[in-house]
Amino acid sequence: MEEKKSSKQILNELLAKHYADAKNAKEEGKPVVWSTSIAPQELLETMDVAVVYPENHAAAIGARKDASQFIASAESEGYSYDICSYARVNDGYANILYSEAENMPKPDMLFCCSNICMTVIKWYENIAKKFDIPVIFFDTPYSGSYQVDPSNVKFVEAQLEEAVTMLEGLTGRKFDYDRLKEVMQISNETASWWKKATDLAKNKPSPMNGFDMFNYMAPIVCFRGKESGRELFKIWYEELQERVEKGLGPWNDGTEEKYRVLWDGIACWPYLGVTYKVLKKHGINVVTSMYPESFALLYEQHTLAGMAEAYDSLYVLRNVDYAIDKYLNLSRDFQLDGGIFHSNRSCKGMAFKQFEIQRQMESQLGVPSVIFDGDQTDPSVFSEAQYETRVQALVEMMEARKGARR
Amino acid sequence: MFLGIDIGSSSSKAVLLDKGGAILGREVVNLGTGSGAIDDVIDVLLEKAGVDRGDILYSVVTGYGRIGYEKADTQITEIGCHAKGVYHDFPEARSIIDIGGQDAKVIRLGDGGRVDNFVMNEKCAAGTGRFFEVMARVLNCSLDDLSGLAAEAEYAVAISSTCTVFAESEVISQLSAGASPASVAWGAHKSVAKRIAGLSGRLGLIPEIVMTGGVALNQSMVRAMEEEIETSILVPESPQTVGALGAAVYAKEKYESASRDQSLQ
Ligand code: SF4
Repeated sequence: MEEKKSSKQILNELLAKHYADAKNAKEEGKPVVWSTSIAPQELLETMDVAVVYPENHAAAIGARKDASQFIASAESEGYSYDICSYARVNDGYANILYSEAENMPKPDMLFCCSNICMTVIKWYENIAKKFDIPVIFFDTPYSGSYQVDPSNVKFVEAQLEEAVTMLEGLTGRKFDYDRLKEVMQISNETASWWKKATDLAKNKPSPMNGFDMFNYMAPIVCFRGKESGRELFKIWYEELQERVEKGLGPWNDGTEEKYRVLWDGIACWPYLGVTYKVLKKHGINVVTSMYPESFALLYEQHTLAGMAEAYDSLYVLRNVDYAIDKYLNLSRDFQLDGGIFHSNRSCKGMAFKQFEIQRQMESQLGVPSVIFDGDQTDPSVFSEAQYETRVQALVEMMEARKGARR
Repeated sequence: MFLGIDIGSSSSKAVLLDKGGAILGREVVNLGTGSGAIDDVIDVLLEKAGVDRGDILYSVVTGYGRIGYEKADTQITEIGCHAKGVYHDFPEARSIIDIGGQDAKVIRLGDGGRVDNFVMNEKCAAGTGRFFEVMARVLNCSLDDLSGLAAEAEYAVAISSTCTVFAESEVISQLSAGASPASVAWGAHKSVAKRIAGLSGRLGLIPEIVMTGGVALNQSMVRAMEEEIETSILVPESPQTVGALGAAVYAKEKYESASRDQSLQ
């Protein structure tokens, strides 16, 4: 009998296949698309075009500590040190088109949704110019309010319609709405499994090592609309559920989950091992972040309007009060002892709210937190000693509070 | 005897406590992490106090150099140690402003000297001891004389750059435009005070407020800080050794609770 594969094995196989498929498509003369991470991939999946994701690709390069050469290439072209390092890595990659980590074929078209930040607009525009290729944009306006403005949703819906027409023109094929319906169904199911799996970390101890969740971020981006993705996240959920039933915590080596924290912001990919080890040494487990929700794109109505609303409702598009409520809910639901905030030089949209969120978590719920400087891919702005001091000071605060409660 | 060790970025400190918690001695040397100066500091401290290394029941190390230092029984962060040290001298204190060689922090104290919350400067040397070193060099005076120079000023030259490198060139152009060294020195103090006040605003300062770290020896800095936060500030007798003192207090507590547990077993 064939041994059942673990979700980790499946994940690695799927990612290898993901890049291989794109390479093959290119060789066969089929179009390859570069897309932002939370874009309406449903449309591309329906059209059956090969898609790769520069943010994930840049993260993989960052994790291999190989970002510097791409960053240098972008900066020598005139891009500022202050621009998001994913953008700089991708621009450098567009020049060099080879990395030791993974490789993306040259794109034939770009797909860009501004619901994660404004940087992506200029980033994709410039890549489009560099390769002289078309780009399909989705401008998802910042609502600046607690609820999403319905007129913004209408605006996005119209852009989805427009994108369908553009895709038909670019591929010379008719858009199949029946297939879209299926893809929407799969996408919602994959997102639900992702949400259900990451929600299992509410258990005490959490069955999941939070840095492991970082590994599953690539597949939730790349395979949300695919059956393979749905299957992967279902298996991951089942594995975690089994751990919960057996009362297993995040680690198999007997390390106990002493403190449960939220990790805010993107991982520090070049220092993944370092940042992880310091936490584990103190028995700190990352049980949640804003990622579980951001990638859980769920829509009740399987229509373009429903999709438009989901893509235009991310917390980054709403006001700080909305974000604060989300963080307070996470603090309660995941029984947090503390928070670790990555003040990420690249990602201003995430970093600017951090002081206020920290303050509210502390004053409303007594959850202490620390902030450290770093960058998601640029290795030049992180200090291990500073990180360690902050983490250790957090431990001392969490311990004192636990002591006071005992 | 209990030993507290603080290995900072630009100085090494040690404090010795007797069994009852009284301070037997403290030593400072202006050489920090990587210099190996800490061993000399401890030797001098023990020799002056007439104590053998073997008499030390427990030791705690703190500061940026703590992680690589293996001769102590435990390491605790400088945040925890400053809180302990301040609580030892000023039980009524609720906030600490600590300006060290390469970082600045503001700590809010809870009951019994525990850390309720803290904030630290991010990213750069602005608002730290390092900033004053650069300013002293530009103004052609010693670090020790900087405070006295600032005290002579009739007004403060505004220094708006928060980056140490930018501030350096800003100051040079102020000087060449005719500003007096005293007013520039006072401006530098005011600029650091503004930055620290911003940092403390995130936390909320509650009196009594104690200032620690080597920069607290600088009276102009204490005055600038008081003006900025409109509250008076207490300064310990030896602000540089507060972290080491806290480490020694921790050493005493750790030793006592361990021996209590042992006798209960
Ligand atoms: S890291 Fe932040 S700034 Fe960079 S692309 Fe992602 S959301 Fe935008």
